[in-house]
Amino acid sequence: MTDMLTPVLSANWADDRAWKLSNYERGGGYQALRKALGMTPDDLITEVKDSGLRGRGGAGFPTGMKWSFVPQDNPNPKYLVVNADESEPGTCKDIPLMMANPHVLVEGVIISSYAIRSNYAFIYVRGEVLHVIRRLQQAVREAYSAGYLGKNILGSGYDLELVVHAGAGAYICGEETALLDSLEGRRGQPRLRPPFPAVAGLYASPTVVNNVESIASVPGIVGKGAGWFASMGTEKSKGHGIFSLSGHVANPGQFEAPMGITLRQLIELAGGMRNGHQLKFFTPGGSSTQILTHEHLDMPLDFDSVMAAGSLLGTRALQIFDETTSVVRTTLRWVEFYKHESCGKCTPCREGNWWLVQMLKKFEAGQAVEGDIEKMLDVADNIGGRSFCALADGAVACVTSAVKEFRSEFEAGYHTPAWELFPYAKSALFPVTSDGGHA
Amino acid sequence: MSGHEFQSYFPDSGGVDYSDQESNITEATLDEMRQIAARYPQSRSALLPMLHLVQSVDGRVSPRGIEACADVLGISTAQVSGVATFYTMYKRRPAGKHHVGVCTTALCAVMGGDALLDHVSDKLGIHAGETTPDGTFSLEAVECNAACDFAPVMMVNWEFMDNMTPEKADRLLDDLAAGQPVQSTRGATLTSWKEAERVLAGFPDGRADEGPAAAGASLVGLTIARERGWKAPESAPEPAKQEEM
Amino acid sequence: MSVDAKATAVEKSDLISVFIDGIEVQVPKGTLAIRAAEMIGIDIPRFCDHPLLDPVGACRQCMVEVPDMGNGRGMPKPQASCTLEVAPNMHIQTQVSSPVAEKAQKGMLEFLLINHPLDCPICDKGGECPLQNQSLSHGYGESRYDGVKRTFPKPVSVSAQVLLDRERCVLCARCTRFSEQISGDPFIALVERGALQQVGIYEDDPYDSYFSGNVIQICPVGALTSADYRFQARPFDLVSTPVTCEICSSGCQLRSDHRHYQVKRRLAGNAPEVNEEWNCDRGRFAFYSGRGADRLRTPLVRDSGVLRPASWPEAIDAAVAGLRAAAGNVGVLTGGRLTLENAYGYAKFARTVLGTNNIDFRSRAHSAEEADFLAHAVAGKRLGEGVTYADLERAASVVCVGFEPEEESPIVFLRLRKAARKNDLKVTVVAPYLSNGALKLGAELVPTAPGGEAQAVAALEAEGDTIVLLGERALDAPGTLSAAVALAERTGARLAWIPRRAGDRGAIEAGCLPNLLPGGRLVADAGARVDVGAAWGVASLPPSAGLDADAMLAAAARGSLSALVVGGVQPTDFADAVLAREAFEKAGFVLSLETRVSEVTERADVVLPVDLIEEQPGHFLNWEHREGRVNRVNKQAASPMTDLRALAMLADALGSDLGVRTAKAAKAEFDELGAWDGGRAAAPTTAAASAPAATGAGLVLASWRQLIDGSAANDGADALLATAKPVVARLSAATASGLGLTEGDDVTITAGGGQVSLPLFVEDSMVDGVVWIPGNRGGEGLGELRVTAGETVTVTGGAA
Repeated sequence: MTDMLTPVLSANWADDRAWKLSNYERGGGYQALRKALGMTPDDLITEVKDSGLRGRGGAGFPTGMKWSFVPQDNPNPKYLVVNADESEPGTCKDIPLMMANPHVLVEGVIISSYAIRSNYAFIYVRGEVLHVIRRLQQAVREAYSAGYLGKNILGSGYDLELVVHAGAGAYICGEETALLDSLEGRRGQPRLRPPFPAVAGLYASPTVVNNVESIASVPGIVGKGAGWFASMGTEKSKGHGIFSLSGHVANPGQFEAPMGITLRQLIELAGGMRNGHQLKFFTPGGSSTQILTHEHLDMPLDFDSVMAAGSLLGTRALQIFDETTSVVRTTLRWVEFYKHESCGKCTPCREGNWWLVQMLKKFEAGQAVEGDIEKMLDVADNIGGRSFCALADGAVACVTSAVKEFRSEFEAGYHTPAWELFPYAKSALFPVTSDGGHA
Repeated sequence: MSGHEFQSYFPDSGGVDYSDQESNITEATLDEMRQIAARYPQSRSALLPMLHLVQSVDGRVSPRGIEACADVLGISTAQVSGVATFYTMYKRRPAGKHHVGVCTTALCAVMGGDALLDHVSDKLGIHAGETTPDGTFSLEAVECNAACDFAPVMMVNWEFMDNMTPEKADRLLDDLAAGQPVQSTRGATLTSWKEAERVLAGFPDGRADEGPAAAGASLVGLTIARERGWKAPESAPEPAKQEEM
Repeated sequence: MSVDAKATAVEKSDLISVFIDGIEVQVPKGTLAIRAAEMIGIDIPRFCDHPLLDPVGACRQCMVEVPDMGNGRGMPKPQASCTLEVAPNMHIQTQVSSPVAEKAQKGMLEFLLINHPLDCPICDKGGECPLQNQSLSHGYGESRYDGVKRTFPKPVSVSAQVLLDRERCVLCARCTRFSEQISGDPFIALVERGALQQVGIYEDDPYDSYFSGNVIQICPVGALTSADYRFQARPFDLVSTPVTCEICSSGCQLRSDHRHYQVKRRLAGNAPEVNEEWNCDRGRFAFYSGRGADRLRTPLVRDSGVLRPASWPEAIDAAVAGLRAAAGNVGVLTGGRLTLENAYGYAKFARTVLGTNNIDFRSRAHSAEEADFLAHAVAGKRLGEGVTYADLERAASVVCVGFEPEEESPIVFLRLRKAARKNDLKVTVVAPYLSNGALKLGAELVPTAPGGEAQAVAALEAEGDTIVLLGERALDAPGTLSAAVALAERTGARLAWIPRRAGDRGAIEAGCLPNLLPGGRLVADAGARVDVGAAWGVASLPPSAGLDADAMLAAAARGSLSALVVGGVQPTDFADAVLAREAFEKAGFVLSLETRVSEVTERADVVLPVDLIEEQPGHFLNWEHREGRVNRVNKQAASPMTDLRALAMLADALGSDLGVRTAKAAKAEFDELGAWDGGRAAAPTTAAASAPAATGAGLVLASWRQLIDGSAANDGADALLATAKPVVARLSAATASGLGLTEGDDVTITAGGGQVSLPLFVEDSMVDGVVWIPGNRGGEGLGELRVTAGETVTVTGGAA
């Protein structure tokens, strides 16, 4: 039985200057790399497969299997791209990880690149996190100086270049094919699949795109073994994962735990709901995952259990809202986010979110009319599963799950503004004297 | 005014401000652009960092900056414009010395972000998307900045200003206006938006070692684990070990 | 339809079975579901899909359901059929049989319309609008949208020729994909993001592409409109006529739309084997030149030194008198813009009525080597015996000599670009610099100063399936055409000659050359003369080769040629415009058959007004020798006469009989005569000239015409002309600095006949010691300077 919290990637976050190479090495850093370079790439892929590691960026696709899709008979160069474009509302795990412990990512990149026979890797990090970018740039420089990057790494004959690439503000670039277009210096719009990135990704060459936490988990798996990693978590969701609690809990924060921990446990660790309030609803894995309620407090937070509950584990971004919160308002703000971040490429996302926002504004203002709920659900139905990528499905998930769980609040939008039913000032963490931000 | 009024008429969309031809781009800037291009197997990959560099020099994406990028990369100005207008970090009009972003995506908005944006807007006398006449501050309602456990969040020059309140915002803006040093809650001493853009272009400013490894909410779980002696297993359980052999 | 062609081209065994709405259809592997549905007549609504553009799946209009991927499993979500490749035994349900697909499609149309303005009544596209049509056939009757529509200022110009209404745009990206994929001119791009996404340009760089008009045509809504055509007509008031473009030798099939006896617009036709579904802007927009006040409507006769209007009988009488007086000492200049039938009329008129072989269509630089080359390698070759567009697309390698495809045959350029993009065609250009068009082909440059082409060609190695494309300028350097023929013999490379004008290829077949009778028959071949003489019902044909155009001009200028019969020719067309003017002035008698007042008509003794191409039927032969029909679009012609009919009248009045007086009869007689099966001319064997060298202050002149230039045919197409490339002189960096010049400086080029001042552009790839200037600047050609490419000119800084 493993402990309730299992800090691995976050274990050194409180250490003095944890981001420095020397401190990382003192904690055993880059030992896994030495071990990996003594293994064959195929053995490494097998090790990661055996660990049961599933992608930590939301989709949960087995990482080792993704690597094995890279066709080694393809004459083009192979590329590893780390998706550090953490932008899903509620998600806030990769940023502190890279800020405090950038070398675990760099070490993971080197091992992973070696495994897929890549000699060029990129960390695509969102641009709006200056200090994280500084730390990554410095970590990469340190790794070059120490001989962990560049030519003939540690005398192994293996070469790797690693570039830290700052994005420029576009949620859609978290979608892996949009990220690749963006990394090629284009508008970050998703690509047709097939071909999949493993076959024709960056520069039309075989490419693996992995989330930060996935790649950062690799040194541990290699260093301590697939069995060690698999000893944590549940049957189909193995290993450790960072759970991010935000919102109306007493002490929001990051909790690195075995997969399968419950929200009830996490809220307890976070000191409970903020004083005097109760849980109303939460997202299990970012705003693109259907909202759930107190009924799901004891649901194991693993890929399958959350899916069985009608939502998705996503990025384990648990946004917690208490009873002061207007579901209509929150839904509107999420859909405004999707409207703002829609890349514009496909019709249902571009036009559908434009429409949904206007409908939700009417609900918020108490100006919707009888039948608008059905209309909104039908419009959502015309968006969901029809769009080019999954971005719009996220918006649809917000709307449909909100109506499913809290239909009466939308019905109230036929006559009463949301800010009257749920005075917005009550949801804020500081005293608000103005009207709380609504028009 | 929440900055979230529904807009439907877009008179100025479609490109950068061509009427303002001012630029500080020099041959040295072009050299740096070529350096960025050399980092990549294919030069066009350099476009995003190059546009960051343009902003660090011109304080916005200038027409000259677009032309220089097109020239260095051998692509059309329309293609550069298409990229420059796609990403929200690229500014069409001169940004302030300090760029203030208030997160108003759902969770931050609910936790006080909306009120905070109103407050900052009132204090600076500008709406989101505008720059103060003296060029000191520009204000933006930003989308989720991946610091939800620190909500409500404010960003200044893309440094975290966590757990923001109107009072803290007042103090910090006053200090910045007065030229007093201000420290990010999880980063370096604030410099300026243009200097930040230069780092994003891949030219470090030597401030990576400032600030803590982690702070506040980032450490809540770790602190509890340490208090309670919880940790990940040291090694694989026995059967797995045998398999390894 | 290209899809059918694809289907028939593959072996039966490569076909797979798929089921669409329960109907089995056999299609090649890799076929897109939307194409497979087309094959059985199921029309799935679509906007972004275009068979000639890469699939994008952006509009999501063409959603279908896939209950079985062929492996027994269905796809959970509806799929865009424009990006879905069918798999063996896949089952696809379209809106015909799937309520899910039908709802997805209706919902998508509703989304597309929520922000679409209700301005159909004033929209150019109304009446032929895919959005309008598909909303009727596949949409909800009513919108449930009660929100605010997105609005932009409108319209904005993306070029002088193309206007953009962003409110109407459905963001299908057909235009941006066309500009990037097909023509390689990505000066329009998607800009902004999300609901603000729009098509845009960079303000300082308008969408000045030679192919910009295509985006208007493929726009599935009224977002992109033509500055010329805007508000000119409703589609349902237009009468459409299929025609062949009269500009260049590409042979584009076009659709000419007229109303009230005036052409309102021209569109690219659908000719998969030629122009696919594209054409160039000049072919699309330059149809105004016959509308001006200078249009000739009555015959003119010179009377006391002054031209005055005359009746047809009077003019014919005057012409007869002039030609009789010349007694066979006559030259015939026909130019390159005639239909095959008119050219045939001139060729026959010269031989049977005037009794001379003095006939030449080459109102441009030319040479005896070229005449020999044309007789050997071009004339009498039927379609399929030489190179075709399809051959270009399949070739491994193409070498361009004296040929700048984008400027001189834009549809050849598009096909080469398609082949380079899709089939890895390797393009090599023998040229003084790598032009923008060559760059877009990914071409390799064989740096060659003008005059050095023959040596460059002789040094070429060709392997695999290589095609050498020779432009009309290949004659400039003596020995080049001979070297090309030798290269072909040595390596098995194939040759194709691509002239610049629509009538050039037909003129050769018709016999508008001093050494050639129709069908590639040699004047020098007695058997050929007998063959043609028998067909024409004449006892004999003049046996000796005639004068070529330069010789005719020279003879006329010195008074030794008594008369000239001149078709659509301008003095500025010739290598020596000054000599040409002198010839027209000094010839004893000049008969001009023209559509507009020109420098020739001003010097003529009798002028007969003839029909514009749009006013007559006939044919052009394109560079492949493919026939393209010219149809009578405008039935209210300014003149009742074609060239052919005027010549027949003249023949009658001269007591002869041309035998044909209608295009139909001329074509029938030409076809009956057929191509010659007898002996062909020997290959030219002109020795390669030694490569030129710049001497002292002199630089070697390089030049070709830009597509949109000062040609008289472009008159009136003001919006088109506003998109023309800048007129500049080009030098290499080394040459420029040697002259103390920098980019943007004015430079003056001085040749024997005059000088011209142009701004300098420093061209990275330019051969040192060479100066390039465009061939036609505002109607002023190289002929005005009395200089041809390969000759030495002086270049100095500053304006003259």
